[in-house]
Amino acid sequence: MTARTPEERHDGHRGRDGHGVPDGGHRPGGAGHPDSPPADGPGPLVGRSVPRKEDPRLLSGRGRFVDDLSEPGMLHAQFVRSTVAHGEVTVLDLDAVRRVPGVVAAFDAADLGLGDITARLHRPPEEFAETAMPVLARRRVRYVGEPLAIVVARDPYAAEDGLEAARVVYEEREPVVDEAAALADGAPLVHAAAARNTLVDVAPFATEGIDDVFAAAHRVVRVEARTGRQNALPLETRGALARWDDRAEQLVLRTCTQVPHQVRTVAAGCLGLDERAVRVVVPDMGGGFGLKCVVGREEIATAAAALRLRRPVKWIEDRKDALTASFLAREQHYDVRAAFAADGRILGLDADIVCDMGAYSCYPFTAGIEPLMAAAELPGVYRVPAYRVRGRAVTTNKAPSAPYRGVSRPQYVMVMERLFERAARELDMDAVELRRRNLITDFPYTGVNNITYDPGSYRESLDLCERTLREEGWYARRDAAAAEGRRLGIGYACFNERTGYGSAAFAQRRMDMVPGYDLAEVRMDPGGAVSVTSGTMSHGQSHETTLAQIAADTLGVALAKVKLHQGDTDRVPYGWGTFASRSVTIGGSAVRLAAERLGEKLRRLAAARWDIPWEETELHRGTVRRRDDPGTAVAYPELAALAHFRAHLLPKGLEPGLTATASFDVFHDGTFSNATHGVVAELDAETGGITLLRYVCVEDCGVAINPQVVEGQCRGGIAQGIAGALFEQITYDERGEPSATGFLDYKVPTAQEIPDITLFHLETPCASNATGAKGVGEGGTIGAPAAVLNAVNDALRATGTELDTLPITPEAVHRALHGA
Amino acid sequence: MSDHPPDLPLTEPADAGTDPALERQLLVLDVNGAAHEVLCEPRRTLVDVLRHDLGLTGTHVGCEHGVCGACTVLLDGRPVRACLLFAVQAEGAAVRTVESLSDGRELSDLQQAFADHHALQCGFCTPGFLMLAEGFLAERPDAGRTEIRELVAANLCRCTGYQPIVDAIHGCATARRAVRREN
Repeated sequence: MTARTPEERHDGHRGRDGHGVPDGGHRPGGAGHPDSPPADGPGPLVGRSVPRKEDPRLLSGRGRFVDDLSEPGMLHAQFVRSTVAHGEVTVLDLDAVRRVPGVVAAFDAADLGLGDITARLHRPPEEFAETAMPVLARRRVRYVGEPLAIVVARDPYAAEDGLEAARVVYEEREPVVDEAAALADGAPLVHAAAARNTLVDVAPFATEGIDDVFAAAHRVVRVEARTGRQNALPLETRGALARWDDRAEQLVLRTCTQVPHQVRTVAAGCLGLDERAVRVVVPDMGGGFGLKCVVGREEIATAAAALRLRRPVKWIEDRKDALTASFLAREQHYDVRAAFAADGRILGLDADIVCDMGAYSCYPFTAGIEPLMAAAELPGVYRVPAYRVRGRAVTTNKAPSAPYRGVSRPQYVMVMERLFERAARELDMDAVELRRRNLITDFPYTGVNNITYDPGSYRESLDLCERTLREEGWYARRDAAAAEGRRLGIGYACFNERTGYGSAAFAQRRMDMVPGYDLAEVRMDPGGAVSVTSGTMSHGQSHETTLAQIAADTLGVALAKVKLHQGDTDRVPYGWGTFASRSVTIGGSAVRLAAERLGEKLRRLAAARWDIPWEETELHRGTVRRRDDPGTAVAYPELAALAHFRAHLLPKGLEPGLTATASFDVFHDGTFSNATHGVVAELDAETGGITLLRYVCVEDCGVAINPQVVEGQCRGGIAQGIAGALFEQITYDERGEPSATGFLDYKVPTAQEIPDITLFHLETPCASNATGAKGVGEGGTIGAPAAVLNAVNDALRATGTELDTLPITPEAVHRALHGA
Repeated sequence: MSDHPPDLPLTEPADAGTDPALERQLLVLDVNGAAHEVLCEPRRTLVDVLRHDLGLTGTHVGCEHGVCGACTVLLDGRPVRACLLFAVQAEGAAVRTVESLSDGRELSDLQQAFADHHALQCGFCTPGFLMLAEGFLAERPDAGRTEIRELVAANLCRCTGYQPIVDAIHGCATARRAVRREN
């Protein structure tokens, strides 16, 4: 246990000047180079909030997002989309489209003849139903917004004109619009291959004798919770620009994706090309949050149109399509019971989880993404001795689901934290104290779910969060408010989050495509400057800065001497992109290992000059020096010039050039970040409105490579969690028509709704990777719904009503306060 | 498998460019202090002309219905949504975009404040917030944090949680006031 409280570090509030990671502590593998402050800086870069390399161009309007790119002779595409949720297309007539001024071509599925996008799990048929997602719907349509045809025109306005001229006749089928309808006896089938509209049905854990545990328990509490369907909502919608490059004999597909190599794999497969004949390039990307870590049908169709026409074709999704026809997430239903002993120990957990995954399985994760995550990880930070779970993915006539920041964890953490709050009421115990009695405190801990948790600061984070709110006087203010008839509530969420899933963890899901490892290449040019590639894909996370910090420290060079390259399948070895908070834990470790290997080459070059074993040298501030005589050193540029320009002088056994590659993977259960969120909410009795008065987050992501970036990830994540807790939802009517087609209907919180957030950083370094860092991209989003919901329920405590549904609407609060 | 794309009839599509049959207008726009002639359809929005006719791609498009504010530019000094204006409506006015904030080598104090406060992550909404703040601070140099938070609520950001944006604008305003007092 190496967690430390902020008091040990500085004044506690992680202010802008005080958030450097202190030295000392445990940094397995040593994230900072042992003795090499860069030539241009006062100390190691890791642990410092160095300015972002990304910022100057993004602040000056010189970022290059996909819609900022153009090509000579470029055409513009849009999609004819289904207007019915479920049916057969009996007529798809594009003749009038092709006559619209400015329209160049229109293609339907038959015109393009593309292969399907099929995501697979290697599970028996009773656990997984394989379904295919055609690039363009052939005859059957399964959701409003499903693409039927691509219209290509001289400008985007003409493409829109073209859409209006399409004639589509449907033979409608009864739509399946929710989980209950999907599972009903005799329900219409969304896919013939998915009996009972079930794509995934697993029961991975069932502790022997669990029914006896529940029968004998002092108290059993139950939570039935539902969470709304959300859009991850990157502010940049999806888009792609494709062209055939005759000289390279390659399709060049520039697209905003979190997973460039997976897009290449699918594009090649659907188009019948060798993978080498597809080059996926990712420009600056305006957010993704998971929505862009699956392969989209439209980017493949755009590529196909460019091939057919031998002209560059660009497609930029409009906001309506982004909201209704891209990928959604989070619509889940939990029915969970927890058994407790009289002293407050949790004895067992019995869960039934159903995730409404919409019309198709997303690639490469499949519709299992949500239920498999929830079923594996539900027990979380608590010592749960008995566990039974069934997790299902059902298919409905809605836009398909994809991963969204946190993936199921915002929901199951909310359910667990509701269970503890409810049990505390029934046991007449303090809910924080009840959590304390059940938190995992001895690490490593192997849970009933067969996961081994590495060390974290579960207890410490909870204590610090509660103490902060108590010392700030919120408990007294809550009680004083109650005396005045005002309704204040305090809520917590204590949770962990597996980050850096390696191949082993994904293989447990039995995915056909098993993500996990990452490859990095570090290259030094003849002048001593360093290029780094990583298979990860930044879309706001600051990798250009943080991965460069790691490489620069490892080699002992200035940050300005290091440049990161991502998002070009011709330049970057096969990688898995950015999702699941993997980039710094896994990608960063690969960068560090590759940089170490390059350092070894440099040391070998220098050692040969001195005729000593290379182990007797070390890297120091851009030089290699003798350990026995630190005054004798040779600078990198001299060694780099030797490696490139004077190969005839190279020592025997050393090849010209200075390039090193390394991979990193995790062959155990990964590393777990953790946090506690504390929220104070006030309810408006008249309107049911909810105001967040205070938000405190105590997080532990191990070594913070760049503390300011960590803070940014936490704050932004919390804002998205609040969005799901209080505001955002896409509902569907009985015909399967989505309710939200723009920002007037889909309520994205603004600066007026998101409160200031106080962050504390505890540090339990990861012992099993090369940087000590744990992932931090998703944690904020995971904790917020539970903490907000608990705070609202605390405020409602006098009413006897408890809410378990997200988003928490003012209507629901009003009803709870005033009865039906 | 062939290295060449399959199924290529090599259809020769009509040439790119605008259909001569379409009605077009000749506009003269004053953008970032320079006059630009643009020939475009009357329905073409200001943001499309800025981005695709003039190549000023720093202004972004997030929703095309005037809510997100990614396309915010200054029209005679006031922040406007460039997706809600036709280009023709900007004739006779001075348009300023994010490209005007600095010389491209050194950031302005406002831009630097955004960097210092980590007020941007993906950077897609950032030009809109910068222009919103640039116009606002010119009008309301004495604004406090509460007023600035109300201003920031005009636009959407999905990455930062807004607090750093409020801090950046507030920090910039505070620093400018200090400079004013010294002078």
